[in-house]
Amino acid sequence: MKGYITIDKELCKECHLCIQACKKGLIAPSREYNSRGYRPVRFKEEGDECTGCTLCAITCPDIAIEVYRE
Amino acid sequence: MELPAGEGHFLAKGIEQQSGRDRKMKKVFERPKSMKNAIFHYCAGCGHSIAHRLIAEVIDEMEIRDIAIGVLPAGCAVLAYNYFDVDMIEAQHGRGPAMATGMKRVLPDRVVFCYQGDGDLAAIGIAESFHAANRGENITIIFINNAVYGMTGGQMAPTSLLAQKTTTSIAGRESVLDGHPIRISEIFSQLPGTTYIERCKVNSPAGILKTKKSIRKAFQCQIDGQGFSLVEILSPCPTNWKMTPVESCRWIDEVMSKEFPPGVLKDLPEAKRRKEEVAP
Amino acid sequence: MQGNKVIGEAAILAGCRFYAGYPITPQNEIPEYMSERLREVEGGIFIQSESEIAAIHMVAGASAAGARSMTSSSSPGISLKQEGISSMAACQLPGVIVNMMRGGPGLGNISPAQGDYFQATRGGGHGDYRTIVLGPATAQELADLTMDAFDLADRYRTPVIILADGMMGQMMEPVVFKEPQPRIYPEGVMMRGAGGGKSKIIRGLILDPLDMEEHNWTLERKYRVIAKDETRHELYQTEDAELILVAYGTAARIAKGAIKRLREAGIKTGLFRPISLWPFPENELRDLAKSVENFLVFEMSTGQMLEDVRLALQGYARIGFHGRPGGVVPTPVELANVVMRQYDRKQGIIDHY
Repeated sequence: MKGYITIDKELCKECHLCIQACKKGLIAPSREYNSRGYRPVRFKEEGDECTGCTLCAITCPDIAIEVYRE
Repeated sequence: MELPAGEGHFLAKGIEQQSGRDRKMKKVFERPKSMKNAIFHYCAGCGHSIAHRLIAEVIDEMEIRDIAIGVLPAGCAVLAYNYFDVDMIEAQHGRGPAMATGMKRVLPDRVVFCYQGDGDLAAIGIAESFHAANRGENITIIFINNAVYGMTGGQMAPTSLLAQKTTTSIAGRESVLDGHPIRISEIFSQLPGTTYIERCKVNSPAGILKTKKSIRKAFQCQIDGQGFSLVEILSPCPTNWKMTPVESCRWIDEVMSKEFPPGVLKDLPEAKRRKEEVAP
Repeated sequence: MQGNKVIGEAAILAGCRFYAGYPITPQNEIPEYMSERLREVEGGIFIQSESEIAAIHMVAGASAAGARSMTSSSSPGISLKQEGISSMAACQLPGVIVNMMRGGPGLGNISPAQGDYFQATRGGGHGDYRTIVLGPATAQELADLTMDAFDLADRYRTPVIILADGMMGQMMEPVVFKEPQPRIYPEGVMMRGAGGGKSKIIRGLILDPLDMEEHNWTLERKYRVIAKDETRHELYQTEDAELILVAYGTAARIAKGAIKRLREAGIKTGLFRPISLWPFPENELRDLAKSVENFLVFEMSTGQMLEDVRLALQGYARIGFHGRPGGVVPTPVELANVVMRQYDRKQGIIDHY
């Protein structure tokens, strides 16, 4: 794939704006809690489809997402 | 980086690599250097967090970290000095533009910016912001408009919409009792002393990127000595709007933008303005 | 030179390069003079602000940026500045605030009065803080104390109030301006941009009560040092006195006139004149009570400094009071007559605390 993202579980506040932003639906809610009581979203890297467009990171209020691209 | 003791914040425990990917890829998005490595105390989906990051990115890109001075409001962003790695001073509620005026006059070559919410700028501080604008002080005001008083629990703000329910307008804002929401950008753009005024929104990646451009333009306006700049940012407050972050972003488009249309209100380079003054 | 202008000139000589203020009688000559003089000196900045409130915050900003800054007003305007002064005390920002007192409360009138003693010395703003308060009584003192005020403000990183009144602002007396002291103020506490180093924070908000308490005690320790080192007073004809008047500012001038007449009438009267109103020179006052039993406080108010005198002397001496509030300026003859009625050679002050 052309890009991937990392999500800092401790920073994520479960606002789900990134899920809205990702045009390919590569971010999903998760069930596990972080130490602050939020359930951080997770990156669905299995599909290999991320282009590293950074829309998710741009919209993330908590700078929880870092983006890598080729 | 350090945080003041006892403020109740704690460090992010480090990035959890959710991918065992090869590291040959380039990192194309990360925390700006002018943003300290701290967890925002803001609510999930809060526009402050986004605005903070954009300002920090612009400060990084324009390389003005060493000469930037931020003047902070009372309100949710009163603790912004925990996040920005630039000199920051706290102003009493609404008095930021007066303080910034004093600082900028003494230090004309620094980049002095006010960061204010709607109560700070348009209610208790309306005189200070209005007159700083009228004098054409060469400062920048970042105006976070979320149509409500956030930190104090959701009371009506000068920019709350008609019929909007808040804790002090439980039946909805009524024009007869409470007046109309105030369009600061429109009003300030009428003052001859202002130079660049734009209203933006941070409810979508496109809006966010546009907001960043505006912030950069405003700082450039200041650096070029062209006068007063204001960037009004329509910002979600999910907690006090009683919506989810996603719903809040939609509300900005569907409802708030009708009252506060985004766009450029004024963009007047100083040279052109001076020419008009001297040789009408 | 006119009193108000003396203040302005003294400020300029002391290196004041930022002034923000709003017109209010009886001190309008101060902003007018500063608007002229600050144009003439390098780096001089004058702003007629939109309000008294804006002025104090402009001063706070300019002070944080490293400039010697001043604002001036009269009683109601000083009320408006209180939050700003409290904030400057909290953030440890130096600054000089001049109050040319007038009749009050409320809009009051424009005649000279001394009704803001409480406001100045009891910290008209909120929170655990003090401001240094200096009470000049002559145009010469307006000059000297204004210059001293900037030095004190820098040395202790605190706001300083010059507490004068409308009369002093208007009167014309000869003045000799002294040589200003070089400014000692560390660059490290100025806010001028991070400049390649660590970013700085200036704030008054300290959410954790224990941290806030520590800050309160830090400030209090500073105030105790000031209280120990910075009291000022004048003793006038107290060596042989049987009765001592206590007065400051214009009231003290009237008292000196009254003393002349009282001595002619055979009452050996002296004057204790506090020059620093905060810190109040209570030890020096109490020293006088070792040899004198009768004190009479005279103020152009209903009795404010009177409380500090009572704190110092109650139990040690008889304390009488005469006050004329409302902007009334009594003559020395009137004061002498009042004192003669209130003081009996045998029993001392008749009506006393």
